[in-house]
Amino acid sequence: MRPETEDAVAAQIAAAKGPLRIEGGGTRPIGRPVDGDVLSLAGLSGITLYEPGALTLVAKAGTPLAEVEAALDAERQMLAFEPSDMRRLLGTEGVPTIGGVVACNVSGPRRVSAVGACRDSLLGVRFVDGAGTVLKNGGRVMKNVTGYDLTKMMCGAYGTLGALTEVSLKVLPRPDAAVTVTIAGLDAGRAVAAMSAALTTPFEVTGAFYGPFGDGGTLHLRVEGMEGSVAYRAGALVKELAAYGAATVESDGTATLWADIRDMAYLAESACVTRTALRPSQAAAFIAAVDEGAEATHYLDWGGGLIWSGLDVGAGDAVSVMHGAAARLGGHTTVVKAPEDLRRSVPSFQPQNPTVTALSEGLRAKFDPRGILNPGVMT
Amino acid sequence: MEMPRPDPAILARKARVVARLQEVLPDDAVIHDVAETKAYECDGLAAYRCPPMVAVLPRDTEEVSAVLRICHEEGVPVVPRGSGTSLAGGALPTADSVILGVARMADVLEVDYDDRLIRVQTGRTNLSVTGAVEADGFFYAPDPSSQLACAIAGNIAMNSGGAHCLKYGVTTNNLLGVKLVLMDGTVTELGGGHMDAAGLDLLSLICGSEGQLGVVTEATLRILPKPEGARPVLMGYDSSEVAGQVVSDIIKAGILPVAIEFMDRPCIEACEAFAKAGYPMCEALLIVEVEGSDAEIDAQLGLIKQIAAKHNPVELREAADAEEAGRIWLGRKSAFGAMGQINDYMCLDGTIPVSELPLVLRRIGEMSKEYGLGVANVFHAGDGNMHPLILFDANKPGDLELCEAFGADILKLCVEVGGCLTGEHGVGIEKRDLMNVQFAPEDMAAQMAVKDVFDPQWLLNPAKVFPLETSAPHRRVAAE
Repeated sequence: MRPETEDAVAAQIAAAKGPLRIEGGGTRPIGRPVDGDVLSLAGLSGITLYEPGALTLVAKAGTPLAEVEAALDAERQMLAFEPSDMRRLLGTEGVPTIGGVVACNVSGPRRVSAVGACRDSLLGVRFVDGAGTVLKNGGRVMKNVTGYDLTKMMCGAYGTLGALTEVSLKVLPRPDAAVTVTIAGLDAGRAVAAMSAALTTPFEVTGAFYGPFGDGGTLHLRVEGMEGSVAYRAGALVKELAAYGAATVESDGTATLWADIRDMAYLAESACVTRTALRPSQAAAFIAAVDEGAEATHYLDWGGGLIWSGLDVGAGDAVSVMHGAAARLGGHTTVVKAPEDLRRSVPSFQPQNPTVTALSEGLRAKFDPRGILNPGVMT
Repeated sequence: MEMPRPDPAILARKARVVARLQEVLPDDAVIHDVAETKAYECDGLAAYRCPPMVAVLPRDTEEVSAVLRICHEEGVPVVPRGSGTSLAGGALPTADSVILGVARMADVLEVDYDDRLIRVQTGRTNLSVTGAVEADGFFYAPDPSSQLACAIAGNIAMNSGGAHCLKYGVTTNNLLGVKLVLMDGTVTELGGGHMDAAGLDLLSLICGSEGQLGVVTEATLRILPKPEGARPVLMGYDSSEVAGQVVSDIIKAGILPVAIEFMDRPCIEACEAFAKAGYPMCEALLIVEVEGSDAEIDAQLGLIKQIAAKHNPVELREAADAEEAGRIWLGRKSAFGAMGQINDYMCLDGTIPVSELPLVLRRIGEMSKEYGLGVANVFHAGDGNMHPLILFDANKPGDLELCEAFGADILKLCVEVGGCLTGEHGVGIEKRDLMNVQFAPEDMAAQMAVKDVFDPQWLLNPAKVFPLETSAPHRRVAAE
């Protein structure tokens, strides 16, 4: 099914006799596979409102991400949360949509700065719940505390509470310039310390990443803004981080490097990829715990607060180890990429405590009483 | 503003409820004497008052859990209270309710600069969160005007904002985790020190739920390194249209100021008389603040001044030093106090799309004449969050009602142009009956379904947020 209006989405959900696989562009098959009819939102397309002077953009859920980004680019603005294109990592085809980005709360390297995640830029949603009712929440203004915030609840709900039909986003000016500060030869623990040092300066680092490149490992920090300001702040960072090693400052290649980081292109060859969110200071402990029982390659984004891990096939046990370690260290692990049989046999999402599980199931029962919207995808 | 009638059966059980609460709390933490409960009869919306049956002041999560378990078993409504600064009546009790105040829970539990967070008990005031980390060069970003007094608990309940949201966001964008006690006493944690949710984002539901889903006893908050410096520039214009255009042009030029504040003539006059900040007398005054190193500030202010100058300002003044910067902010920060010196006033906080500013200001002016009540406008122009202050005389019979009707018309206008009823104060009882202006019945039903999940008996702050007739079926089912 590929409805082209919100009313048609509502009618098709209301008439559905069984489970529906809610999809945007189908480029992010994350979670337990859903056996059901595809309900694609890709037919709901187009930017419905864009006011650069008010920093707001409203688009139908199936609008291609590229179309949104092109419109913003023409006004020197951007989606500040830097959503990834997962096709490289997951080996998928199709067209990423803005609704899919919101449904999965896709947030790139800039998450670590004051900008926040996709959910922090999301101002409002329209969606159709599991009974076929059209609902709205939030709006198009930046400050809105009228009623409960169902908008952010829908962000990262993977279509399980409703099919998004329209999203309203805060956008930001695109920085004029960007440079990358690089320090090589650091292990993960030392790199996290360096990233924390950088992120606790006033120099507004908008990306803090570490990967197993070169001898030991390499740290990249991104600084963005007005031309002169970027040069000044990068220089100040180099001084601040002198104790961690000699740093280079490059503007060439910055855009490509951070796009690769955003899309996690480095793990494209891995059969199984996970994301783990933790306090940065726990990153090294997590890596140590995983490495004891599994062969994994780790990349650290968000200053160490996000750990991407690549594993070999047959990694079911390793996922359990990660869920255990993440829970112990106060975070969580999500399987982003895995063969279908593994996604059916191992939970992709971190199992949660009984209270949170009961509340989540209670919400799903209210918003999707028949249990037909992407059932089980977040388990 | 109507409140549900107290349940006589609950009032009849007062002695037993008090005795049970005294079993789990120290003696001085259970306030039940009629003279003493009067201290909790209202919050910042002082026109409405009603002493609670009992007020309790627990010291930690365990005590909060014990209180809620007892009230749950006894079927007694609970009204959570931070510092009682709500302008929307969020902490207004009913006569059969227990006020749960978090004022004795004000400890800092953890500060971690490497992970850039602080964990506090939620009775701690907003300003003293920054106070705990300031000496080390950090701050907590949301800065509501009441930050000296307001508690983090209330900030979370109302998803409070402040003047600096354009760059740093509001409470929900700076809240990483909570310890939450459900109405039946169950304690759970949502979020933590990490940066996204493991499953459904329940944390985002809690923030802004006006104390209706659970009681937050501890909060993990994001702290940020203080900028190297900040400097405001002040500009005055002959018309609000032009000032609105300046705001839009600044943003379109790619500059993201940390704050853009707007004041109209009545507000400027009141502030001048009160604070003598040296403001120019004009129709529209803007304060625009940027952050960074000295050179960065110079560069940004250079661009801003270029844009400002194109629109023929009657005044364009950059702060030369900290003292001048302080003077520029002084008037704005004392705006509410200044207005309070002159008059009783009601402060609204509807938000509008920035592009609708001239139209909305013109309509407010027209309505002011129709109602015969003065109005002063001061607001966060960058994000469209208006704060019209309607002036009235509380001693004049009928004036409050007239003022409320005027306020309702302004808020309806905000919704009509694509905005919302409340940007940062919350709905409480004040805007409860206007909810159906913004939401269709099914939109409200979806929100109430969330409360059904968290608090099936509708005992937590039940008479708020939704129009009473709308929430009645839920409350009645719960009572049965």
